[in-house]
Amino acid sequence: MRPRLDRGFFYALRMHGRTAEGTERQMTQMTGAKMVVQALKDQGVEVIFGYPGGAVLPIYDELFQQNDIRHILVRHEQGAVHMAEGYARSTGKPGVVLVTSGPGATNTVTGITDALMDSIPLVVLTGQVPTFMVGNDAFQEADTVGTTRPCTKHNWLVKETDRLAQTIHQAFHVATTGRPGPVLVDIPKDVQFATGTYVAPREAGNAHYQPRLKGDAEMITRLVEAMETAERPIFYTGGGVINSGDAATQLLRELVDATGFPITSTLMGLGAYPASGKNWLGMLGMHGLYEANLAMHGCDLMINIGARFDDRITGRVADFSPGSRKAHIDIDPSSINKTIRVDIPIIGDVAHVLEDLLRIWKSRGRKVNKEGLARWWARIAEWQAVECLRYRNSDTVIKPQYALQRLEALTRHRADRYICTEVGQHQMWAAQFLGFEAPNRWMTSGGLGTMGYGLPASIGVQVAHPEALVINVAGEGSWLMNMQEMGTAIQYCLPVKQFILNNERLGMVRQWQSLLHGNRYSHSWSEALPDFVKLAEAFGGKGIRCSDPADLDDAIAEMLAHDGPVIFDCLVEKHEDCFPMIPSGRAHNDMLLAADAEAFREGAALV
Amino acid sequence: MAAALNIQKGTSKHSAYDLRDPNSDVIERHTLAVIVDNEPGVLARVIGLFSGRGYNIDSLTVAEVDHTGHTSRITIVTVGTPAVIEQIKAQLGRIVPVHQVHDLTVEGASVERELALFKVVGAGEKRVEALRLADIFRANVVDSTLESFVFEITGTPQKVDAFAELMRPLGLVEMARTGIAALSRGA
Repeated sequence: MRPRLDRGFFYALRMHGRTAEGTERQMTQMTGAKMVVQALKDQGVEVIFGYPGGAVLPIYDELFQQNDIRHILVRHEQGAVHMAEGYARSTGKPGVVLVTSGPGATNTVTGITDALMDSIPLVVLTGQVPTFMVGNDAFQEADTVGTTRPCTKHNWLVKETDRLAQTIHQAFHVATTGRPGPVLVDIPKDVQFATGTYVAPREAGNAHYQPRLKGDAEMITRLVEAMETAERPIFYTGGGVINSGDAATQLLRELVDATGFPITSTLMGLGAYPASGKNWLGMLGMHGLYEANLAMHGCDLMINIGARFDDRITGRVADFSPGSRKAHIDIDPSSINKTIRVDIPIIGDVAHVLEDLLRIWKSRGRKVNKEGLARWWARIAEWQAVECLRYRNSDTVIKPQYALQRLEALTRHRADRYICTEVGQHQMWAAQFLGFEAPNRWMTSGGLGTMGYGLPASIGVQVAHPEALVINVAGEGSWLMNMQEMGTAIQYCLPVKQFILNNERLGMVRQWQSLLHGNRYSHSWSEALPDFVKLAEAFGGKGIRCSDPADLDDAIAEMLAHDGPVIFDCLVEKHEDCFPMIPSGRAHNDMLLAADAEAFREGAALV
Repeated sequence: MAAALNIQKGTSKHSAYDLRDPNSDVIERHTLAVIVDNEPGVLARVIGLFSGRGYNIDSLTVAEVDHTGHTSRITIVTVGTPAVIEQIKAQLGRIVPVHQVHDLTVEGASVERELALFKVVGAGEKRVEALRLADIFRANVVDSTLESFVFEITGTPQKVDAFAELMRPLGLVEMARTGIAALSRGA
């Protein structure tokens, strides 16, 4: 490859053009550090999550001298990223993170990867050693753009102060346009100190990055034709609906209600269609509902809206919904035909496509196959009658499902209820037993499955919605992974409720070991757990412990009544398995219900 | 034909994918021309995509082609089933500084050329034979000592391979190849 020796020349050329143009505009000179703060203000940023260090001190100095942007001091940089994710997911706005070079930057990698997998818009600003030291193995130097290249949507190393403002504006554009995702801007310390020209957002120019929003009319018409005749249609929706915004949610609800088609959703898409809606089948996938998975398997028209045929959804690809025509609406062309070949690909923004889809469907006379649909719903009713979420309750020990049912019953009326989760059995039970009526109310780590996500995410949500009820449904294993962020919750008086389903086990690992590894529980139990009540008190919060089902309602009420952070240590059944379940690598119609589990265990032991 | 099959960013409708059996297991060899912003790290993004997602690179060349537009052209020869090739193109198209992805293999006829340098050491009859074969292959002598030649040859990869095979017994000691540069035929 040719070394780039002529960059300075072209850069000068471009700057020349800009200057000639800019004479009419106000040319503002300022330091790079001031530019960062100014650019964030101009992007409408109200809050950032961060942790100071040597390479970002100039920016922190600027933050100190202003009051427009609120800074939340975290306890670990991973926490900052998850908080920003929670903030972004619950508001629809990009989350912003500010950390120092080296370890500050590398600590963000898990969170950034999490945001990439779940398409969460984030702008991560990292300090870097001065440009003249880059590549010298300087103190707290890491190749941040190199490290984060595979886990960001795009990233930049800014080498000239004159480019800084433009780069930050472009970063916001890329993070929030098309399929959202995390971006990172690496800013050497000398670039922060030096003075340059500030550029406002509208003058920054967004180059060629303009993903198309409108779907192809011919393909949309083909989908309408398929919808008019389908006997067994199903909507399969995902996080893309929520990312597309409120208009997409409204249009989806209108479409589902007007057509009468059943609808299921991925983990990431919960809330786009209300759980109380009459066409709702529940979540699909590995721990999805029996009726949702069987309907996906037996449908003749699958309409994927903003989901990506993840392996936790499809099970064995070869047997995935064998008899159906498949339509796929996605803003990311690489999602189309990636794992499942579809018949009607539509590339575009969900809201734009659904608007056209509804318009065309209405203009052609709002046709659906009524007889076919009636038979289809009758078939679905048989699957629903299986009651796949049934579990054996107990008078003596709290079943995790029961704990969540009670939590749901006691908080369902709150329109401002936001739920976060960690990763594992509790996450799946929360998805099964809690109902979401609105989008942006459910924050969970879907694609990456990051244990330690929930506590910081709940803090980010609470920062965005100070008056709301924010609950993190957690397992004790996950929760300990970022427990230091309790300090952040206390410092900023954020009354997050940590609802820990404590089974003293890494429940999902234990479940797989039980089902597939002959009950050999290799390192899947939690020894030497802290006393969570004392831990809460040590941080300055409130601790509640509950182990008797009879006390549960009162204990939950006590948690809800407390105006401050609470750790709720809910001691639950230690060996409860999460069902239904599609064992990894099996087909949708090969679901394991609670009752089948014993037979499966015996079978697995033979293989 | 070529224009209609242009695979532009964000479209799949006119994909040449439709022309072939998408479920085919046949491994195909495709030459892709990727037009990118000439900015730091862009090559690393492209290569990282191939290594990160387990795709193959047979050959790769890159250079700036438009000074004013500040763009480079990366020519990649890759192999995979039709579905994998289609996915590679979509994944490339999603990289922010990538402007266009052209699949020269399906967008009509194209020409492919590679430049190679061969150092051949020998004396007597072998030296004469090497020079004679170089003439047949229209290779140029770009350096000569009393006991060595450096030949420059331009052609298809197959021609370069054939020349290399002939030079091996005649004292080939070192070889450098540029990888493929390719353009579609016609206007």
